[in-house]
Amino acid sequence: MRELTYAQAIQEALAQAMDADPSVFLMGEDIGVYGGAFQVTGDLVHRYGEDRVMDAPISELGQAGVAVGAALAGCKPVLEFQFSDFATLAMEQIVNQAAKLRFMLGGKVNVPLVMRFPAGSGTGAAAQHSQSLDAWLAHVPGLKVIQPSTPADVKGMLLAAIDDPDPVMVFEHKLLYKMKGEVPEEPYRIAIGKAHVAREGRDVTVVATSIMVHKSLEAAQILAAEDIDVEVIDLRTLRPIDTATIIESVKKTSRLACVYEGVKTLGIGSEISARIAESEAFDYLDAPILRLGGVESPIPYNPELEKAAVPQVPGIVEALRNLVRGRM
Amino acid sequence: MNAVSKIKPNARPFYQRYSPAELKEALRKMHLIRRLEEGAEEAYMRGLIHGTMHLSIGQEGSAVGATMALRNSDYITSTHRGHGHCIGKGADPRLMFAEFFGKEEGYCRGRGGSMHIADVSTGNLGANGIVGGGLPIAVGAALAIKKQKRDDVAMCFFGDGASNEGAFHEALNMASIWKLPVVFVCENNKYGMSVSTERSMAVANVADRASAYGMPGVIADGNAIADVEEAISEAVARARRGEGPTLVECKTYRTRGHSRSDRNRYRTKEEIEEWKARDPIPHFEAELMAHGIATEAEVSAIRDSAEAEIAAGIEFARLGTDPNPAEVTRDVYSNEAA
Repeated sequence: MRELTYAQAIQEALAQAMDADPSVFLMGEDIGVYGGAFQVTGDLVHRYGEDRVMDAPISELGQAGVAVGAALAGCKPVLEFQFSDFATLAMEQIVNQAAKLRFMLGGKVNVPLVMRFPAGSGTGAAAQHSQSLDAWLAHVPGLKVIQPSTPADVKGMLLAAIDDPDPVMVFEHKLLYKMKGEVPEEPYRIAIGKAHVAREGRDVTVVATSIMVHKSLEAAQILAAEDIDVEVIDLRTLRPIDTATIIESVKKTSRLACVYEGVKTLGIGSEISARIAESEAFDYLDAPILRLGGVESPIPYNPELEKAAVPQVPGIVEALRNLVRGRM
Repeated sequence: MNAVSKIKPNARPFYQRYSPAELKEALRKMHLIRRLEEGAEEAYMRGLIHGTMHLSIGQEGSAVGATMALRNSDYITSTHRGHGHCIGKGADPRLMFAEFFGKEEGYCRGRGGSMHIADVSTGNLGANGIVGGGLPIAVGAALAIKKQKRDDVAMCFFGDGASNEGAFHEALNMASIWKLPVVFVCENNKYGMSVSTERSMAVANVADRASAYGMPGVIADGNAIADVEEAISEAVARARRGEGPTLVECKTYRTRGHSRSDRNRYRTKEEIEEWKARDPIPHFEAELMAHGIATEAEVSAIRDSAEAEIAAGIEFARLGTDPNPAEVTRDVYSNEAA
């Protein structure tokens, strides 16, 4: 099968969605001739025109509201935020409007929009361009939040998001944009709300999100040499969470670790830990639940500090080894 | 007995453009809004309605004058003070009362209440509890209209207070650069809760802000329905022609407080009385009679019919169905699995 980068897979999904449905359009900052800050939209403006690949003024709140209004009136907008950090400028429209309008109006409207957020650290962009705010949005009923980790997943989940009648927030780790992988050419959908067992194992369950899936798989590879068999679950969707898949896995492995880039406290791993603690899988646990998340700090500029602010492979290896060997 | 029309050729266009029946219907809607809000206030005092509500008593001229120029397929976005817009666009007071009472029969099935009330079937995209929340939403609806090559418009109601929100400036700019069919209707009732426009704005008129976005800014007497309708219909026509948005500022006044907790410490009794003397309803009635469009008896019959309709609405709501608490999360998502 041919390979695409994660960014190319997104672009292909956007093109196929626009081919299939004239009500789909793209909006964002510098997504036209510039091609997007991360070259995700690329040459789409030349293929689909400025009416469907719309450069917007630097007005994140306004753009988010325009997306809500257009969705209410029969369009399917896909809004690109230049950096996920800028969601903070648009929170009013995302949290108060997009998430709540269907509910507040008694179920008589839909808000079928998609918002895409380039997220995460590792690019030297410092504290205001490197955050992982996915758990913020996952706290809001009315939104769906996805975090695909591979080129194949991002294409299928983005197409599912564009089909979805409700607002879907897509978090894309910037370091994944250049990652390559096999991607089927035809349009296909991967269900929102379903986790994926990325690696089967018997000793410990790791629930990871986004780029941490790859770091956890790397850690699993290293630990395999020590006869520690790690199961890695790619959560893929933060709302709604696929609790059943995690429960099944923990019942098998009897150990749980959550690995995520967002700030550890009140992060997605906190919610998963609580769900397992509340579930029938709790009785199967042989060790305390472990969370590996971002440190309690903004993302720093210095590259060594930046690496120290989020989980890295050596730290994951050590923490999992201790968890399995009972050296907590 | 029907009035004998005495409309002179030099009467203002508003009285010539609409039929007597349409003008009388406009008066009936103004009375409906007034009585709906007075009825809601009474029901609130008697403990039949909980929460809070924001009454627009005194602002009926702008609500009805603005929506008269619209058709069913046009959109509106409304505000926390939105009962008038809702009725103006064609909502049924019975279903509005059912919503105030929190019943399943209400427009939002009891989930929205006064602050989110909307009859979606008449193009109302929602009353909004966030000051300025509806502004970019109206722009988005207008963008959809343009993409779908319709000649409808999106009318965006907001207050003077919202014009100090960033959303106002972002929305006007986007509507203007893309020449979208939006009519921005600012109901300037002089106060954002307790703070007067003199204290919160460095320009004299909200309409003055239009020039920053390259669109016409027009001022209308919000308490004179004819003045409002004429300014709005020109803006609507401009929008339908694809020439872009207009900002219309209706100068008006709410004679009640901001909400239930308001003790009117920020304004004088004299000021309130002065505006009560400029009540848009008697003003319109006097003009209808002066033009021979309605007799005094007809005017009084219109008032009585509105009164009766509101009384029936309250009775309908009282007998409505209470939502089932087991269904508290219904309609958060389109498919309930999420």
